Amino acid sequence: MRVAGSLAPGVFLCACSGPQSALDPAGREASEVATLFWGMLAGAALIWLAVIGAAVFAGRVQKEPIGDRAGLRLILWAGAVIPTLVLAALLAYGLRLMPVLRAGEASLRVHVSGEQYWWRVTYERADGTRIESANELRLPAGRPAEIVLDSADVIHSFWIPALAGKLDMIPGRTNRLVLHPERIGTYRGVCAEFCGRSHAYMAFPVVVLPPQEFEAWLAREAAPAEVPATSTTDTGAFLANGCGGCHAVRGTAASGTIGPDLTHLASRLTLGAGMFANTSENRRRFVAEAETLKPGVRMPSFGALAPAELDAIAAYLGSLR
Amino acid sequence: MLLRRETPNLWTLLTPPAVWALHFLFCYVAAAIVCARYPASLDGLRLAIGLATMAALAIIAIAGRQAHRHWGFGSDLPPHDAPTPEDQQHFLGFATLLLCALSAVAVLFGALPALIIAECR
Repeated sequence: MRVAGSLAPGVFLCACSGPQSALDPAGREASEVATLFWGMLAGAALIWLAVIGAAVFAGRVQKEPIGDRAGLRLILWAGAVIPTLVLAALLAYGLRLMPVLRAGEASLRVHVSGEQYWWRVTYERADGTRIESANELRLPAGRPAEIVLDSADVIHSFWIPALAGKLDMIPGRTNRLVLHPERIGTYRGVCAEFCGRSHAYMAFPVVVLPPQEFEAWLAREAAPAEVPATSTTDTGAFLANGCGGCHAVRGTAASGTIGPDLTHLASRLTLGAGMFANTSENRRRFVAEAETLKPGVRMPSFGALAPAELDAIAAYLGSLR
Repeated sequence: MLLRRETPNLWTLLTPPAVWALHFLFCYVAAAIVCARYPASLDGLRLAIGLATMAALAIIAIAGRQAHRHWGFGSDLPPHDAPTPEDQQHFLGFATLLLCALSAVAVLFGALPALIIAECR
């Protein structure tokens, strides 16, 4: 019991920080939400103390019943007037946040489309050129970015707790969210609306970079894949087994658009939409056992391939920097 | 006319929440139409919602004054549960007065977003 008692505060506190916490904000909207949360928590604690204090007063101190008029007055003030004023203040404060959060012209626009169970990410530069990517979001710190959200199949929800509140991705509808990342770091975004069997495996890393580094990264991301021409990393096994039917690797014959763009796969932090660390062993496993690792995924398992071919595909994917 | 009755009934009781419901519908329908067809400027919508809010509050205030009279100006405390015409009148008057307060707050809360929101997004 004593152990549980000493552990409990730790359990609560460790949930307050980390890459996926609304209480450890790294963006403007998340900061506002966290402030609102702490303010409401303090207010709720005060109200709780007042109610418990009144109960103790009524039970222990004031043993005589109070008069009818005094009772009615208590109900009027404590039961109607004060709650109405508190709610009005909260409503006005909450509404005041909204125009601030939504307004402002963004210099960068990123289209994110939810698909079962991954994220199609397209960066749009000011001149209108589009850069295809997937399953990872990189943003410049200190600059607003407009995220244009939609869905290809079912309702998903786009949520990066450390940066902002969540917004649904609805088929046939375009939703807009403006993010103001302020702190450099790596965070985690998730799908926040149940979308199928692998809903819990639909996440993505969010990397907030200094603006110059972001521009350099975007320039690299826009370029076709640079594959060193060695015998172990040729496109042969990748193309021969039809991977290019669904996946695109710019600069090669692979131009499928059904699955995630793999042009710079090896430079991403995770694999399978935030499921695994992006290691050579995990890349091989994912190709061989996609259907087992990620139930309901549209990619078939290629476990029937010869081990040498799997190795060749994994090595090729690992070379896509 | 509902707002000039000597005695309360269910219709006078329902007037304030009915005004609240109509005001709520007006605000949402007007905002939906303006945002769908003329999203460039919200000034006209704001003015319309402001006028509707004032009209709704005025009707609720008149209904509240009448309910206060029906209640006997608070001469007698609730619960007003004796089986007499006088208690029935006081009960309906008091219930209407409480509904007036609720409806007035709800009308104000419903109109608040129109004051503050800057654009249709």
